[in-house]
Amino acid sequence: MINLSTYYEKRQLVLPGDLLAEGDYIAGDNTYKEGDKIYATRIGLVDYENRKIYVVALKSFYIPSVGDTVIGKVVEVSLSSWTVDINAPYLATLRASDVLDRPFKPRKDELPSIFDVNDLIIAKIVSYDRTCDPLLTVREPGLGKISRGQIIEITPTKIPRVIGRKGSMVNMIKDETGCQISIGQNGLILVNGKTPEDERIAIMAIRKIEEEAHTSGLTDRIREMIRRKKEE
Amino acid sequence: MSKKSSEKLISKNDVRVDGRKLNELRPVKLEVGVLANADGSAYIEQGKNKILAAVYGPKELHPKHLALPDRALLHCRYHMAPFSVQERKSPAPSRREIELSKVIREALEPSIFAEYYPRTSIDVFIEVLQADGGTRCAGITVASLALADAGIPMRDLVSACAAGKVEDHLLLDLTDTEDKEGEADMPLAFMPNFNAITLLQMDGKLTSDEFEQAVNMAVEGCKQVYALQKEALKAKYVVKEAVEE
Amino acid sequence: MNIPAMVVRVRQKRIAELISHGKRLDERGLNEYRNIQLEVGVIERAEGSARIRLGKTEVMVGVKIETGEPFPDVPNEGVLTVNAELVPLASPTFEPGPPDENSIELARIVDRGIRESKAIATEKLCVTPQKKVFVVFVDVYVLNHDGNLIDASAMAALAALLNTKMFNYEVKNDEIQVKPGYTQLPVVNHPIAVTFAKINDKIVVDPWLEEEQVMDARITITMDKDGKVCAVQKGGYGYFSKEQILEAAKIAKEKSEELRKIVMKS
Repeated sequence: MINLSTYYEKRQLVLPGDLLAEGDYIAGDNTYKEGDKIYATRIGLVDYENRKIYVVALKSFYIPSVGDTVIGKVVEVSLSSWTVDINAPYLATLRASDVLDRPFKPRKDELPSIFDVNDLIIAKIVSYDRTCDPLLTVREPGLGKISRGQIIEITPTKIPRVIGRKGSMVNMIKDETGCQISIGQNGLILVNGKTPEDERIAIMAIRKIEEEAHTSGLTDRIREMIRRKKEE
Repeated sequence: MSKKSSEKLISKNDVRVDGRKLNELRPVKLEVGVLANADGSAYIEQGKNKILAAVYGPKELHPKHLALPDRALLHCRYHMAPFSVQERKSPAPSRREIELSKVIREALEPSIFAEYYPRTSIDVFIEVLQADGGTRCAGITVASLALADAGIPMRDLVSACAAGKVEDHLLLDLTDTEDKEGEADMPLAFMPNFNAITLLQMDGKLTSDEFEQAVNMAVEGCKQVYALQKEALKAKYVVKEAVEE
Repeated sequence: MNIPAMVVRVRQKRIAELISHGKRLDERGLNEYRNIQLEVGVIERAEGSARIRLGKTEVMVGVKIETGEPFPDVPNEGVLTVNAELVPLASPTFEPGPPDENSIELARIVDRGIRESKAIATEKLCVTPQKKVFVVFVDVYVLNHDGNLIDASAMAALAALLNTKMFNYEVKNDEIQVKPGYTQLPVVNHPIAVTFAKINDKIVVDPWLEEEQVMDARITITMDKDGKVCAVQKGGYGYFSKEQILEAAKIAKEKSEELRKIVMKS
């Protein structure tokens, strides 16, 4: 007799080690399968998609993924590369050859004039696997050194909510506040507004999304909040 | 056997000095997420024990040649504050603290998915602020919560509890006095999903039967601790869940 | 050890596979110890000594007796202190320096066996109550590491203690005056440690080095001469089920009697 049971309702809070289901299910994010039992590995809200069971973690850290846009801080400049802190367990590398068009000639003072220690950059992850640290590129448009604006940090699992379905949430915030917003998958967000006040409202909106990410009707509530704040 | 007082530790109706029954845990208070800087943290009070745990990581391990190529390295430091015990203890790590750091690390290791984070280290710090027996067990209990709070993927929580023998009675969760004056003390750590004992130590004298009974008792004690750990984690996060759906 | 010596993966697999079928690479049974050779009295300068070969593992234990102050909570009893050295010549993985967590753990397990079984009649080692007692130093010296240092060290420590002779003495005005002749150190119990390794969910006794490198976890059960458990220590990154622990305790009873006979004969 096949035992097919799930033990939690959708969106219920689950804890590491909680038995989520037994039977012919697939172990999704933040779960693992032992025999035919699926357990949660992190604190989060459990959800189901056909036969897949996964947990949206309430607290986790960013793990680099190829193709992700990230915001990072330069922590070291060496002869031919920069080391960038992207708020992950691993430091990332940006090679000089990525930034300079011509073949690279090592001259000690050249690199810091492009990016120096403590500079913030937006980059994309071009490669990453278990054996080496993530490699970055700044070759695409929109990438490079951050010269103005404010950075805020939210827990990386909430980033998709800030973006919204097909960008609906972040585009709404951009429209309503007139700010430019660049989102790093690693939890860092750059807000660039015409005035500090606009930036402040956008940041408040993002923080509110982080707090209420798991609720519905959020886009409308945020839009209303922004409009109210603008009138004040 | 030297006894400081001539009073018995267990009364005729099997009641202990602090009023507990033989198989009763001391009152436990657990709180998760108490330190701002650490990636994960938790605090426990169990009887007079007051213990803080913090987790940093996973982060890249330097120097690189110490890192493991296929998994994270778990570091654990069990340390007692100088003012935690009756007679001031020197802050330098004692041989006991070094041994306990090792066995506690070995108790927590099976619970984390270290293989997800090669070449990194996960650092666990356990600080005993006040001690009254059973600190390695309380330390494991609170460190396991700190690991969960840090968002480190785990197979299960690890719960710990000691059993022992005092005045010919087998009992649970010994205080410092019960340990010193009793016949045996046996700390045990348990991971319920796997029926796994990840820490087991004993010093004293037990017959084979008593040993078996004590192991069973300690495992049951761990299950009680496990329920308290889960409650503490829920308490931290359920407030967020309560916002209208 | 923290940085294990490289064991070729193929060999590791072989060891684990064989054990699933109840066999070991060195053809021992799962409950069989390696060949044991035990000699006592090998260091004349020490009050007591022993040298053990357990398979290729070699450990020497020396016992020295000095005088010192008693512990405040037991002012009329002698003091026991156990130390272990994993000297660099014993293994490519041992580094010179202060004792690391492995040598500290080893010393404390051996200590627990002797202390909790009350093997030494420490009440007979008092010179002047509250002021002066005899301190028994047990120093474990690992000479070659080929697995199961715990059982080898514990057996050698017991043998060394049984071999220990103290000079006869008389106390006059708080001073010790040596008299001719010697007396055996009063050893009244005989603790024996039995260590198991868990490999592929099976438990095997007396793991040798390569088995230690593939094991999930180990458990040591020390029993005294009356068959009572006086010390237990689980080690390693894995775990045991409750049933495995209780099974190990049963086997330990039998094995500790066997090993005790060997120690008593030497």
